[in-house]
Amino acid sequence: MTPDIDKLTKIASQVRRDILRMVHACQSGHPGGSLGCTDYLVALYFHTLKHNTKFDMDGSGEDLFFLSNGHISPVWYSVLARSGYFEVSELATFRKINTRLQGHPTTHENLPGIRVASGSLGQGMSVAIGAAIAKKLNNDNRLVFSLHGDGELQEGQTWEAAMYASHNKIDNLISTIDVNGQQIDGPTDVILSLGNLRSKWEAFGWEVLEMSGNDMADVVRVLELAISKTFKGKPIMILMQTMMGNGVDFMMHTHKWHGSAPNDDQLALALGQLEETLGDY
Amino acid sequence: MKKYTYTEKKDTRSGFGAGLLEVGQKNDKVVALCADLIGSLKMDAFIKEFPERFFQIGIAEANMMGIAAGLTIGGKIPYTGTFANFSTGRVYDQIRQSIAYSDKNVKICASHAGLTLGEDGATHQILEDIGMMKMLPGMVVINPCDYNQTKAATIAIADHHGPVYLRFGRPAVPVFTDPDQKFEIGKAWMVNEGTDVSIFATGHMVWKAIEAGEKLAEAGISAEIINIHTIKPLDEAAVLKSVAKTGCVVTAEEHNRYGGLGDSIAQVLTRNNPVPQEYVAVNDSFGESGTPDQLMKKYGLDTEDIINAVNRVIKRK
Repeated sequence: MTPDIDKLTKIASQVRRDILRMVHACQSGHPGGSLGCTDYLVALYFHTLKHNTKFDMDGSGEDLFFLSNGHISPVWYSVLARSGYFEVSELATFRKINTRLQGHPTTHENLPGIRVASGSLGQGMSVAIGAAIAKKLNNDNRLVFSLHGDGELQEGQTWEAAMYASHNKIDNLISTIDVNGQQIDGPTDVILSLGNLRSKWEAFGWEVLEMSGNDMADVVRVLELAISKTFKGKPIMILMQTMMGNGVDFMMHTHKWHGSAPNDDQLALALGQLEETLGDY
Repeated sequence: MKKYTYTEKKDTRSGFGAGLLEVGQKNDKVVALCADLIGSLKMDAFIKEFPERFFQIGIAEANMMGIAAGLTIGGKIPYTGTFANFSTGRVYDQIRQSIAYSDKNVKICASHAGLTLGEDGATHQILEDIGMMKMLPGMVVINPCDYNQTKAATIAIADHHGPVYLRFGRPAVPVFTDPDQKFEIGKAWMVNEGTDVSIFATGHMVWKAIEAGEKLAEAGISAEIINIHTIKPLDEAAVLKSVAKTGCVVTAEEHNRYGGLGDSIAQVLTRNNPVPQEYVAVNDSFGESGTPDQLMKKYGLDTEDIINAVNRVIKRK
């Protein structure tokens, strides 16, 4: 299948509108990282993943996705809704009382598409590895994808998982790190430097790819390249360069929008920069 | 009064090892994980028979809990094995988010619980694990009393969908329960009926309660002894039925007095039938090095301590 980059880009524009409107409506949530990871999640769900929107927890015969940096739930919820897991109108309930769209993703409310809770950082890679092992035990040759924040790599459990995956040749796993260089208290280089991520992951025995995460064509290309490298004895890591707040000029080049919501004027300004392509919810 | 005898002593962790092998034979969804303590957890037999269903994680308990959660996605029933200390406190947040809150069907199997771990000392002697685990919504907490019961519990928990904390220990202790027993989660086991006091005991303390009951009988005190192998969900009906008859309670556990079996029983009593209760438990301290017997004596968890608690509580009636 030849991906229609233009179509994916239009979906991404709508997802970015959804993110901003969701976060604005409840005046809380994490727009910055959500906007930065929009192109990746749109490419994944609308092009790369072989998945069934009629949700089944075990996901036999499907590709699975795990979001480890659960605070970027707005982008995931929008992409799940827009790809048919649940009604887009439900996005209006984000973070509100009695919602299935909890601040951080959970299985507890039976929201289709979510397979494990995340939010407390550093746990997702271990879970993804477990799911990848289960696929192997079940002779299921579909893949497991996971997404992690770069600041999240400061959690030690990530490196336990990294060591395990290469030692045990978990080669049906494609993990991606959102390298946006920002965390809550400031730039990662100031808070706790991550050093040379390519060298680190290579030293841990992973196949490492790099991707320009806000260039839809490159995202699609690198995800396909990553798939071509599966089942060759190594787990695969994509270092994805993104811009936090991507798509909204005043939300980029700062960590200010990691976890704060736009006011009415800021929302209007931001939405003016993003085309409504699929209809707002 | 039923008389209990034993012909051999065995460690409850070996009951776990035997149960793991048997449940592995019965149910091909069962898989096992270990964090570099295969020998201590007695997992060798399972590994020999099912090498493809065993995962050596290395010294990385947080990763083990996450991988176990992931294995359930795909229908596996993972049993994790390490010491109780590293099965709970070290990985509380991993269990909380990836297992309990995510309703994952993981069986957390924890050996070397309590003081009877012995010489390694307080760094390894966890006395807070029952409390931590029972506070997690949906978590089942089981602390069987001997080899046979641990084996039966290990097999039974595979048929319960949801997270389970199974706690057992290191030392050889009397084997006195039926080798063919049916283990029912949440169903208290009447060890001996009595009329003067209810002794609710769990884990290694059940045998000590039996010993205490025999000595109390010689002194003319009729003790009802109930084995609370499942601390959560607690068999409240059994507790209340016994207390209605006896009017006072002693609880016995190899755990801190805060947050363990005693507090679970006290909550039932407070809400329904507030009668006097005495705790036989560790008095809010860490342990230390020593033999299991020396430690149980020093920290007030011996047969004599149960007898003394019974005498105190009967006076308070």
